[in-house]
Amino acid sequence: MLKTPKKKMYIYADNAATTKMSPSAIAAMVVTANEVWGNPSSLYTTGQKAKEALEQARKNVAQIIGAQPREVYFTSGGSEADNQALRSAAAIGAKKGKKHIISTAFEHHAILHTLKALEKEGFEVTLLPVHAEGIVRPEELAAAIRPDTCLVSIMTANNEIGTIQPIRELGAICREKGVLFHTDAVQAVGHLPINVAEDNIDMLSASAHKFHGPKGVGFLYVKKGIPLTNLIEGGAQERGKRAGTENVPGIIAMVTALKDAEAARETTAARLTVLRDRLIAELSRIPPSALNGDPVRRLPSNVNFCFEGIEGESLLLLLDDLGISASSGSACTSGSLDPSHVLLAIGRVHDVAHGSLRLSLGDDATEEQVDYIAAQVAQVVEHLRGFSPVWRDLKEGKRQFIL
Amino acid sequence: MALYSDKVFEHFRNPRNVGIIENPDGVGEVGNTVCGDIMKMYLKIDDDVISDVKFETFGCGSAIASSSMATELIKGKPLAEAMELTNKAVAEALDGLPDYKMHCSVLAEEAIQAALIDYYTKKGLEMPEELKKAAARAAAHEE
Ligand SMILES: Cc1ncc(COP(=O)(O)O)c(C=O)c1O
Repeated sequence: MLKTPKKKMYIYADNAATTKMSPSAIAAMVVTANEVWGNPSSLYTTGQKAKEALEQARKNVAQIIGAQPREVYFTSGGSEADNQALRSAAAIGAKKGKKHIISTAFEHHAILHTLKALEKEGFEVTLLPVHAEGIVRPEELAAAIRPDTCLVSIMTANNEIGTIQPIRELGAICREKGVLFHTDAVQAVGHLPINVAEDNIDMLSASAHKFHGPKGVGFLYVKKGIPLTNLIEGGAQERGKRAGTENVPGIIAMVTALKDAEAARETTAARLTVLRDRLIAELSRIPPSALNGDPVRRLPSNVNFCFEGIEGESLLLLLDDLGISASSGSACTSGSLDPSHVLLAIGRVHDVAHGSLRLSLGDDATEEQVDYIAAQVAQVVEHLRGFSPVWRDLKEGKRQFIL
Repeated sequence: MALYSDKVFEHFRNPRNVGIIENPDGVGEVGNTVCGDIMKMYLKIDDDVISDVKFETFGCGSAIASSSMATELIKGKPLAEAMELTNKAVAEALDGLPDYKMHCSVLAEEAIQAALIDYYTKKGLEMPEELKKAAARAAAHEE
């Protein structure tokens, strides 16, 4: 039976799924809704006030990522930005008879499912391997680019295992070969240094709710001169490329959150890296287990482990009882038959992929929290292994250990 | 929220009849680690009655709860009754399972049938029709 902890803590450790809005973002949202509620397309003062706020927000985003304001398009979030980037690049390619796209096996489904749809429309897709460490090899990208390649889309940081891709180098290869380069930076914006000019990025997707902004808001950066294809037709908002009256309160809240995240980024990253590594060291003491993804080239907040002999959903439910919110790549939690495509892409077999646990720390994580998490994970894993037939077989030598 | 019913949660948190039986009269294991659920049932049978039952499960919350509930439903019951246990009965006793988790209750039914088949086989007894059909289904699964 599980022991009730002496002092129960409540820890939200699923910040890769979403973050809690910051008080300043909430305040900005409320103030905007109250005071700047006009339609930015209206010509009277109330409308123009909203327009000004919107354009100021665009300037702020542009400045933070090293872009021009006119290169920033507000969207309903990361998924929309990903869809529009891919659709636009595909349309540009198709016009020139170039119908080959390169991406990776462990992208978010917003990318992978759009690529699947494009395949049905006659595009050919190459998914680069990400290897055991969860990182794309630049030389493999260079080798995969063909004369008919119209787009390379590689995420900046992976949402499950947190591994960080060599974006600048990958972008440089694309520049040299004259291929458009998109990066899904949803997990990176506000957490890692990004400069679209220095990093050779042509298109970039971001989502506010991953950096303490609201859900349902994001942006797409598109380098000047790259024509966008509309996903949503209608009014002339967003330079005619994304119709619909702008979500001004959401956008202002997003920018408020982004500015805060940027201001604190380096100190937060340094602090979290220490805590992350402490948690990794603690969880390594629950063998057989293994860290998923490169130990160093990963988001400061991300810890992802596989524990052999147990299943992820039951682990999550019991951790929830103990006050810890986390996630897993097990099939049972994804609602499909297969475990996470990300874990499969780094070579984890089904047996162990089902026993995965992702902990994504909050900016305010503490050493005490990390130690609490490690202690509770240890007791829950032991409890579940205690009546797992797989664990019995492993112990009795009837089944080979994988990790 | 309610991902599961209170009953499912209760059985998941406090599973009944957990463990193994040394020298069981029947043992059955179903599922595989590829799909992510494995259930193993151990039976002790005296005078055609399930005098004891234990289980071990690798799987999600509803798999653990289904195993636990299934053992409760057959413990102390005559063999004839145990072999008629359906996945529906397990799911109903748990106040329902989400559609995509119904396979967990199927696994529980199959694990019990597998343990009963093992009992009849080991004893060299003629299997009742009910179990013969289950055995044929299980064999088809294997292929
Ligand atoms: C890497 C990545 N891309 C895209 C998305 C989708 O973003 P959104 O939820 O804003 O549509 C997410 C978040 O779920 C993500 O982690």
